Amino acid sequence: MRTIIQGLVGGVIAFIIGAALLGIVRLAFGLSFWGGEASLVAGWLAFVIGWLLGVGVWEYWVREWFNLPVKKFEATGTSRYFTFCTDHKVVGIQYLVTFLGLFLLAGLLAMVMRAELMAPGRNYMSGATYNNVMSLHGTIMVFVGVAATVGAFGNYILPIMIGAEDMAFPRLNALSFWFVPPVAILLLASVFSNGYDTGWTGYATLASSTREGVIFYNLAFFTVGFSSILGAVNILTTVIALRAKGMYWGRLPIFVWASLGTAILSLIFTQFIALAMIMSLLDRVAGFSFFDAFAGGDPLLYQNVFWFYSHPAVYVMILPGLGIALEIISVFSRKPLFAYKWAVFGMMGVVVLSALVWAHHMFTSGMDSPLRIPFMITTELISVPTGLVFLTALGTMWGGKLILKTPMLFALAVIFNFLIGGITGIFLSDVPVDIQLQDTFFVVAHFHYTIVGGGIFALFAGIYYWYPKMTGRMYNERQGKIQFWWMFIGFNLTFIPMFWAGLNGMNRRIADYVPDLGNINFFTSMSAFFLGIGFLLFVYNMAVSLKKGEVAADNPWGGYTLEWQTSSPPPLENFDTPPEVVGDPYGYGEPDAKHVIFPAPAATD
Amino acid sequence: MRKSKHIIAVVILIIISTVVLDALFLFMFQRPAQASTQATIIDNFTNIHFAVQAFLFSLIMVLVLYSVVVFRRKPGEEEEYGAHVEGNTALEITWTILPVIAVVIFGVYAIFILNEILAPQPDEIVVEVNARQWSWSFSYPELDNKVSDELVLLVNQPVVLEMQTEDVIHNFWVTEFRVKQDLLPGSMEVLRFTPTEVGDYRVRCAEICGLQHATMRAPVRVVDQATWDAFQAEMLAQPKIGDLTAVERGELWSQQFGCLGCHSVDGAPGAGPTWLGVYGREETLADGTTITVDDVYLHDSILDPNAVIVEGFNPNIMPANFADRFAEKEAEVMQAEGLEIGIVEDLIEYIKTLQEDTNAN
Ligand code: HEC
Ligand SMILES: [Cu+2]
Ligand SMILES: [Cu+2]
Repeated sequence: MRTIIQGLVGGVIAFIIGAALLGIVRLAFGLSFWGGEASLVAGWLAFVIGWLLGVGVWEYWVREWFNLPVKKFEATGTSRYFTFCTDHKVVGIQYLVTFLGLFLLAGLLAMVMRAELMAPGRNYMSGATYNNVMSLHGTIMVFVGVAATVGAFGNYILPIMIGAEDMAFPRLNALSFWFVPPVAILLLASVFSNGYDTGWTGYATLASSTREGVIFYNLAFFTVGFSSILGAVNILTTVIALRAKGMYWGRLPIFVWASLGTAILSLIFTQFIALAMIMSLLDRVAGFSFFDAFAGGDPLLYQNVFWFYSHPAVYVMILPGLGIALEIISVFSRKPLFAYKWAVFGMMGVVVLSALVWAHHMFTSGMDSPLRIPFMITTELISVPTGLVFLTALGTMWGGKLILKTPMLFALAVIFNFLIGGITGIFLSDVPVDIQLQDTFFVVAHFHYTIVGGGIFALFAGIYYWYPKMTGRMYNERQGKIQFWWMFIGFNLTFIPMFWAGLNGMNRRIADYVPDLGNINFFTSMSAFFLGIGFLLFVYNMAVSLKKGEVAADNPWGGYTLEWQTSSPPPLENFDTPPEVVGDPYGYGEPDAKHVIFPAPAATD
Repeated sequence: MRKSKHIIAVVILIIISTVVLDALFLFMFQRPAQASTQATIIDNFTNIHFAVQAFLFSLIMVLVLYSVVVFRRKPGEEEEYGAHVEGNTALEITWTILPVIAVVIFGVYAIFILNEILAPQPDEIVVEVNARQWSWSFSYPELDNKVSDELVLLVNQPVVLEMQTEDVIHNFWVTEFRVKQDLLPGSMEVLRFTPTEVGDYRVRCAEICGLQHATMRAPVRVVDQATWDAFQAEMLAQPKIGDLTAVERGELWSQQFGCLGCHSVDGAPGAGPTWLGVYGREETLADGTTITVDDVYLHDSILDPNAVIVEGFNPNIMPANFADRFAEKEAEVMQAEGLEIGIVEDLIEYIKTLQEDTNAN
């Protein structure tokens, strides 16, 4: 708690200083002291600095640098989770819980939208409110998608999997998490300035003429980008530098490879979204005209820069999920990962190709018409490396001994949902077909299948799979299965009809629709409410099992990877003796297969 | 022996599943009437996609479900493992090459389809489409540039839409024609199609454009020759600007400049204050002061809308560029009819007439 209070105090003081400095400059130019949006932006940028100083930068960096006595946070127990804690396992849990909370919030917003869309006409809210809710839902969900899985398991599990004691830069790791709370505050604060109605894409030039809430969106996206970049640097360095003895590249568990791919994407592409946000802000508050066609700018430029990040971001959201699914499928099929090296190849292929497809979001935007063809081809080519990942899943299950526990069910659902997301993506990648489908509910259904059906279902799979490891207790298997079927059915009943709606004239981001789409929307809304309840079942199972669950064994699933070779939960630096890797991580079916040994430490003389 | 049995079973299941799913898709995902040449071409192509995707889905899901059913761990097998298979290079290579070939074939096919959809036709007519927050208008260069707020098209007559937006990005979409195109600020976007079915359709804006994006629609009517002739005559018979009174002109401008997208004339709520009874009203402003609406206030509100803001409404909603656009139109009228008019003055005259009592009778 102290951390948060310090952060808020630091932030508020800095906000005042930042806005005041701008005010003084404004006065010097003969303008009013308070410049509205411009002052908010200046204040916010200062707020972030003040907040970071308050939560830990002052204690951990500044004091040390100036040789002042450093006070260490020595929190233990639950209160650790509210401090600037450098233990990677604490940071992992911080990410997980924070983003599950944000997911719940964004889900509630979805329920609000579905309530309004239940019947044609205005039902519960004004069009302005609906647009605001829709935009917030999208933005928060994208943040959840980008950071939840890799933030939680990339921090908690990945270092253990490679036999490290912690991340390469523990303090930076804590810092990357502490960027998140102010972003959440900021997005929520947008409501008090009338919100914004641009959707999560914030297209120019609507962004420069709409309500001022849009600057909150710009600043939030800009700020959360720092968190992504720092997290990516950390994961890359950790995997490169901190692998245990004998953990050759060819022995890395597939989840580590997936996180590595994700980190590469975040590191390379996040700067583009920051750029798009800055340019958009400058257009709006400082009178630049990057995107204003009536003043020499180009509105398409925004879309290009935006999607240059936001398409790779789709793979930031889904790659870690695919890694988790493969991990689980191998363990629960009792078979080695089929064609492991090809799967790695596939994931890296996705990383490379994802840089070459951004314009498929712009097929009807007025971009140069023949240019659409190469983007159509590159987009369809992504099915090739993705296909390799699918083949690995299939080959692993084929001839295995499948155990259908909750994590496995979720992993199989990832395959099912992501497959639907993928094949509907092929429709959308095809220019002539996309001309009809672009900006309709078909697209909405498609990306929910990939990001929620793939990414978020994989997050659930991972939570169930590693729950015993992280908490030391088993979740309730029966409830887990019920929740799985509940969500799986609810999810499909919600999103399949959206394909139909899109084909039949339901355009995207609308607060209202023509009456002949009434029935399908009513059905969708009902399914969505059903789906929403499924999340509560999950929360219940997790919360109750935390106290009442059976005590978990160290290796309840019979996995070979390193996290199962230490206690549940793992001790402070993960292993009592440093592990040495001696074989590949999926030794099923090989007599005496070993992934790791723990040599007795050489006696120190 | 057993292995080949599994494979035969899977192949048969995949074939059955593909056929069933394809039929199911075509049944489930019926689309609205095909009302343009483009619609037929695009639908046929989409149907090929349904078939291919039914196969891909079956290929993978049959294998998954088959494994789940057949290779499920049975009681007593708790200590057993699957065979230690690490991969199959021939399979991987096939699995890589085949889709690449499929993508290339599909890609080339799509290029032909795309060219067919976009190809200019010999005797097209041009309709100019103008969009703004949040309304559409359509003007016919061949009919003396007369403007309509409904898009009327002759059946089987190829059209080119020349589309422009006055503010943010909008998107012209008519489901039944299966075509869609963004309107980009500062440039003219072109959309070609040939309507083939007489009927009533609807333009929907498919790009988020702010507050009333959801209801930014306009009627489309595809008509036969007789109705088309009547429409032409009716459009051409629209009086010249010079024959109109100031109030009538004001009403015309309020439609042409899209004021009515935000302001109602009957008291209904909208993005901007209703015009009903506005003249002479005590208006409360966002800064708390009040003001009586008179000619000067209206004049300033129209040309510099952000200078004062009416309480309960947002700034930056009403376009601030009317002064330029009015000047352009005034010059046009001057050129066409040698007539000097003031558009703001016309609008004010029109707004003055919108009083509760006048409306009542
Ligand atoms: C995109 C929506 C939009 C369009 C289009 C629009 N307005 Fe407005 N208008 C508003 C809003 C919002 C306000 C209230 C905020 C303000 O005072 O500027 C407003 C205010 C006004 C007022 C002041 C009304 C009062 O009650 O004090 C007048 C007069 C007016 N508009 C005239 C026009 C005219 C004439 C046009 C067309 C040439 C037009 N508007 C087009 C949104 C619009
Ligand atoms: Cu994309
Ligand atoms: Cu729109």
